[in-house]
Amino acid sequence: MKTIAEINRKIKDGNAVVATAEEIIDIVDDIGYEEAAKSVDVVTTGTFGPMCSSGVFINFGHSDPPIKMKSVTLNDVPAYAGLAAVDAYIGATELSQTRGMEYGGGHVIQELAAGKDVRLKAVADGTDCYPRKSIETTINKYNVNQIYMYNPRNAYQNYPAAINSTKKTIYTYMGTLLPEYGNITYSTSGELSPLLNDPYYRTIGLGTRIFLGGGEGYVTWQGTQHNPEQARGENGVPLSLSGTIAVSGDLREMSDEFIRAAIYDRYGVSLFVGIGIPIPILDVEMLRYTAIRNSEIITSLADKSGNEKMTEQFTYEQLQSGSVEFRGEQVKTAPLSSISKAREIAGILKEWIEKGDFLLTEAVAPLPLQNKVNKLEIREME
Amino acid sequence: MMKKVKIKLHYPRKWISKPLMSEVISRYGIVFNILHADISYDSDGTIIAEISGDDKAVNDSLAYIDSVGVNYKLYNKSIIRKEDECIHCGACTAVCPSEALTMDEDNKLTFDKEKCLVCELCIKACPLRIISTEF
Repeated sequence: MKTIAEINRKIKDGNAVVATAEEIIDIVDDIGYEEAAKSVDVVTTGTFGPMCSSGVFINFGHSDPPIKMKSVTLNDVPAYAGLAAVDAYIGATELSQTRGMEYGGGHVIQELAAGKDVRLKAVADGTDCYPRKSIETTINKYNVNQIYMYNPRNAYQNYPAAINSTKKTIYTYMGTLLPEYGNITYSTSGELSPLLNDPYYRTIGLGTRIFLGGGEGYVTWQGTQHNPEQARGENGVPLSLSGTIAVSGDLREMSDEFIRAAIYDRYGVSLFVGIGIPIPILDVEMLRYTAIRNSEIITSLADKSGNEKMTEQFTYEQLQSGSVEFRGEQVKTAPLSSISKAREIAGILKEWIEKGDFLLTEAVAPLPLQNKVNKLEIREME
Repeated sequence: MMKKVKIKLHYPRKWISKPLMSEVISRYGIVFNILHADISYDSDGTIIAEISGDDKAVNDSLAYIDSVGVNYKLYNKSIIRKEDECIHCGACTAVCPSEALTMDEDNKLTFDKEKCLVCELCIKACPLRIISTEF
């Protein structure tokens, strides 16, 4: 019905009709799927949740005399430097050598995104071509050569809600879980969530241009643990852990408004990453996918103590109501992902597209629809 | 002058059958507002309450509670959230026992100071470390 090229022409002319993934629901209620598919060109999605599998590549530039950095820290948080001389990768969950769980890679990334100075320390063995053995200096995102985010797994298509079956409080990446099924936490932007609005990855694929951390980024690969074969509902939406994407973008374009460090008590550090993905409304089928609502999105429940296999399922509408009925009792539910920020992101992306500043991309290759997630078996070398 | 204090009473088992609260109310004419109570016949309990009234009446009430051997702790502190830094994720609402911290219709975090028990569980549950009893 519409091609991405046609939609892009409308965007350039300033005539594209854009709605957020929440607004499209009301539009469908008003004029129906067929009419909405004709009149709306793009639906924007958004999410702002803690995404542990995130990090930043930095090339620091060469000092005089030069150094082949072996062990690198940024604000006392170790970065991986087993690359070329002055390349390193700092991961979000890496913890500070001096402050432990109160500070980590996520905080370093947030400070770098905000344009702040960060202390770099590195040591080396010293070689003929890289004689320097140590360096201590200050860097920020403007004075390094490259500084780009590369997140191997973001924007989980669906994620199980968490509960605790034991008699003790447990402290997890899904927040603090009270004993004896005392609360349930969940992490999603639901009807706003990127991959829930394109359940079979018809438009989101390699090379898709996205909103990332306040700037423009790209989908660069399938995410780790990409699990498209998860059981799905009649509407095509997976019922638990499913698709993921790897994303990349220039940290210089990002801000700490949409890149924010997180500490989960007695678990460690993570990073809130803001992602927004535009979905071209190619036909009625795409429109139907984007008009999904929280009452139609189901997730499973996981006991984070690992003791009990849970079979309960809830819709995000139920979870967002503040409590759900669980085995005959009302249990409090709490979100971990910021829906108000997700809404803001979908709104900003809509604005960019309406202004003609952001064009849609045709995927270079699709995300796989077949891919199994393997368990790590413990075995000897054969 | 009017006074309002928030207290936590450690209610011994032996006091369960005695009407401490109505005693205090009738003697001193204060308002005794229970915010949270965890009382049973087989263990010591706690009551978190707000006592308000005339300055002297409130002080006399506290002195009376003290004199009958019920221990209490006065809450001098209050929970403060750096609102402009809050991202409204909602992680703190998972542990809040009194529904002082809740998500509103627009998925924004709201804090009802009146309902807060100052249990301080939210301080460590906040991933951004922007909740404290003091900054």
